[in-house]
Amino acid sequence: MDIIVCLLLFAGLFFFTGGAVGILRFPDFYSRLHPAGKLDTLGSLLAMIALALFNLHHFSLGALLTSLKMMLILVFVFLASPTATHAIVDAGVRAGLAPWTKGEERR
Amino acid sequence: MDNVFLYSGLYLAFLMLLSLYRPVFGPTVVDRMIGVNAIGSKTTVLLILIGLIYHRVDMFVDIALAYAMLNFLAVLAASRYFQKRKGLYDEPPYR
Repeated sequence: MDIIVCLLLFAGLFFFTGGAVGILRFPDFYSRLHPAGKLDTLGSLLAMIALALFNLHHFSLGALLTSLKMMLILVFVFLASPTATHAIVDAGVRAGLAPWTKGEERR
Repeated sequence: MDNVFLYSGLYLAFLMLLSLYRPVFGPTVVDRMIGVNAIGSKTTVLLILIGLIYHRVDMFVDIALAYAMLNFLAVLAASRYFQKRKGLYDEPPYR
């Protein structure tokens, strides 16, 4: 059981690392949203499942309720994170930010 | 198992510190918003990790849920605001 929890948690941290590196290194605003929007969602999915599994280690009704609340956070993150990403893209497009093309200087 | 959670939390805090580069130095306002959103989504996981370290998950899970909602609303409101204001860079002209 502990091995599964550790594996899921480390996979989540790996995806979070990818998201952070992508935010730092991509050349412009639109490409930077790609790691920020997707890898953070997947990272929190894996890490949250790992923590909910570990919480069920000593089974009781209270522990089950807490794990269900973690799944509720997960459902909320899955609704909210793409919506927030789309709102940020919309703000950039309407403000007239031009996308980066090959050969230009990195921003 | 407590040590695993402790070092995972420390590593997550280090990643948040890395993501802080974008809000501080990002060239446009929307770049800063990306960084703030990324830090907020890492914070929900970090709060539950802190709860597991202190053996009080039942309390911290509510805080994490409230924080996720607050982060979502803040990013949504900020993006609506900057869309109307049409100021991408920090320099003047402000009117």
